[in-house]
Amino acid sequence: MTDRQFLHLASTESRYRMLRLIRGFEQLALGLVKSGVITGGIHPYIGQEAVAVGVCAALRPQDRITSTHRGHGHVLAKGADPGRLLAELCGRVDGLNQGRGGSMHAADLSLGILGANGIVGAGAPIAVGAAWAARQAGEDRVVVSFFGDGALNQGVLLESLNLAAMWQLPVLFVCENNGYATTLPAATAVAGSGTGRAAAFGIPAVEVDGMDTEAVREATELAVRRAREGGGPAFLECRTYRFEGHHTMERRMKLRYRSAEEIEHWRTRDPLERAGAALTDGRRTAIDTAVDAELAEAERFALASDHPDPAGACDHLYADGLRPRAGAVA
Amino acid sequence: MSKLSYTKALNRALGDALAEDPAVFVLGEDIGAGLAGPTLGLLERFGPGRVVDTPLSEQAFTGMAVGAALAGRRPVIEFQIPALLFLVFEQLVNQAHKFSLMTGGQTGVPLTCLVPGSGSRDGWAGQHSDHPYSLFAHAGVKTVVPATPTDAYGLLLSAVRDPDPVVVFAPAAVLGVRENVTWELAPVPLGSARVHRAGTDVTVVAVGHLVHDALAVAEELAGEISVEVLDPRTLHPFDWAALAASLERTGRLVVIDDSNRSCGIGAEILATAAEEMRLIAPPRRITRPDGAVLPFARDLDRALQPGREQLRHTVRSVVKNPWR
Repeated sequence: MTDRQFLHLASTESRYRMLRLIRGFEQLALGLVKSGVITGGIHPYIGQEAVAVGVCAALRPQDRITSTHRGHGHVLAKGADPGRLLAELCGRVDGLNQGRGGSMHAADLSLGILGANGIVGAGAPIAVGAAWAARQAGEDRVVVSFFGDGALNQGVLLESLNLAAMWQLPVLFVCENNGYATTLPAATAVAGSGTGRAAAFGIPAVEVDGMDTEAVREATELAVRRAREGGGPAFLECRTYRFEGHHTMERRMKLRYRSAEEIEHWRTRDPLERAGAALTDGRRTAIDTAVDAELAEAERFALASDHPDPAGACDHLYADGLRPRAGAVA
Repeated sequence: MSKLSYTKALNRALGDALAEDPAVFVLGEDIGAGLAGPTLGLLERFGPGRVVDTPLSEQAFTGMAVGAALAGRRPVIEFQIPALLFLVFEQLVNQAHKFSLMTGGQTGVPLTCLVPGSGSRDGWAGQHSDHPYSLFAHAGVKTVVPATPTDAYGLLLSAVRDPDPVVVFAPAAVLGVRENVTWELAPVPLGSARVHRAGTDVTVVAVGHLVHDALAVAEELAGEISVEVLDPRTLHPFDWAALAASLERTGRLVVIDDSNRSCGIGAEILATAAEEMRLIAPPRRITRPDGAVLPFARDLDRALQPGREQLRHTVRSVVKNPWR
C-alpha cells in the first residue's frame, strides 16, 4: 500500500503528499469518531502537520521517535501504514497494536516508533534512554522526542534535558507549541520560554515556524547532523496551531477558549496550502487523488478487520505470556 | 562451606548478570561508590558504560531505563530508599508495565528495580521506612521479596533475566543476614514459594524479613503447635498452588506482612484462601496499621510493625480458639 520513495520524504512533492495524507487521515478519523466507529475520540493533529513531516524528513529509517497523545501525524510521517493505524484507532485486530493501544498508544517498534503516549512529557526520558542505548551500541541513530507546550511544565522533561546534555546524547527535543495545553494558553502557563529552558542546560535551542514544513526540515537537519557527529542534543520549538479542538469531545461540549478570529488567522497559514502552492495544479491534483485512493483503501482495510476476541483481553499483558488470575467478571 | 551475606548475594547476582549478558547494565544514585552495598566493586569490574552513576533525577533515569529497554538493553536500577518508588510510579507502572499490552506484544520492557533497605531502618522515620511491595503487586508489576541470601541471589538473577519489569524488595532487616552456603548458587524461578519449615497445625505465610521471625516463633511453639512456615518469595505472580497445598495440610492460616493492612498483600492472601482453599478456622493477618507512617522514635516505630509477640499470640488463638 505504501510507497517507500514517498516514505523517505526526500522531495518537496513527497512531503506535500505526506501532509495531505495526514490531513486526510485526520478528517477520515474525525468522521469515524462522529459515526461512533472510533470510540474514545481522538486528539486531532490538523494544522500541525508541518512539524511531523518536516522533522521526519530529516530522519533515517533506523532513527527513533517518541510521540504524544496527539500522535497520528508523527506515526504516519515516520512511515506507519495508514490502514493499520486506522485499524488501531478502530480497535481492530489488524491495527498496529492489535487494537490494544488505540489512538494514544499507537506504536510500531519496527519503524522506530516507540509509541504515542498518553502522559504529557513521558516520552522525553524514554527518548533519552533509547539514545543512550544507541550510543553505547555504537549505532548511528538519533532519537526525536515530540512533546507539546504543556510538557514544558513537567519536571521529568527538565530532568531529561539535563541527562541528555550531561551525557551529550543524540536526542532532538521537538516542542510543538500549539499555544494551548488543553484549554490553558501557553502565555499564561510558561514562565520564560521553551528555548530558554533548553538553553539553561546548555542545549542549543531555536524557534521555528511550525507551519512551514521546509523551515522545520532545515532546522531538524542541522540538529540531526550535529547529533550524529557527537554534538549532543538540540531543542526545536515549533510554533504551530491546531485548527481543531484538543480532543473530539470538545465538539460536543462547545468549549470556548479561543476566538474565531484567532483560528481564522492561523488557518490562513495552513501548512498544506503553503506546500501545495509550490506544486503545479496538475501535480497537486494528481497527488490528492492518489492520497484519497490510499485513504479509501485504508478505511476499507480498517473496517474489514475483525474486532478482537474478548477472551484475549489479557493477551500480551506480560512479555513472558504470564496469565493473570481472573477478575470478578472474567 | 562459606558464609554468604544477603548484601553480598545481591552483589554476586548483579556481577553474574552483568558478566553473562552484555545487554545488562546497572544505573542509579551513588552506585559507582557502592553506597548501598549491592553494587560495590562493579564499576571497577565493568566500567562506566555498564555501571552508570546518575544525577538525582529519579523520574528521568527510570524513564531512561524504559527507553533503553525498548532499544534492546536490560537495565537494573538501584533505588537507595523505597520512597523513591513513589516518584517513579508513573515510569514503572504507567509506562514500563503497560508497554507490552499497549503495543499488542510488540515489545516487553525487561527492567529490574532493586530496592535494598526497604522497610524500617531504625530511626530513618516517615519518608524512608515504607515497604511498598503491595502497591506493585496490586498494579500487576512482578514483585519479589527475598528472605535469605541464596534466595536473594537466585531471585535477583531471575528478575534480571525476565522479559518484564520486576521490582525486587530487599528488606532492611535482612541485609545483615548470613547463610552457610554449601551448594552452588542458582537462579530461583519467579512465582515459586518455599516452605522453610513443615508443620501440620497452622500455615504461617511470612513475607521478607518476617520469615525469620516466623521461623523463630515456630521453633518456640514447637512442643505445643506444629507451624508450617511458607515464604511466597514472589508476591506477584503468587504461588497460589503452594498455599493451597499447605492449607490442605494445616487448614489454618496466619499471614504476617510488613505492609499496610488495607489492600495489602496480606488481605489478598486471606481473601484468596477464604474463596478457594480449605480452611477450618478463620484466617488472620498481622500487618502495619491502615495508612501507617512510621514515627521516628524507636519504640513508636516498633509499635507499628508486625512482630513475634503478635504472631505468637495470633497463632495460638487461631489454633486453640478459632472463633475467639
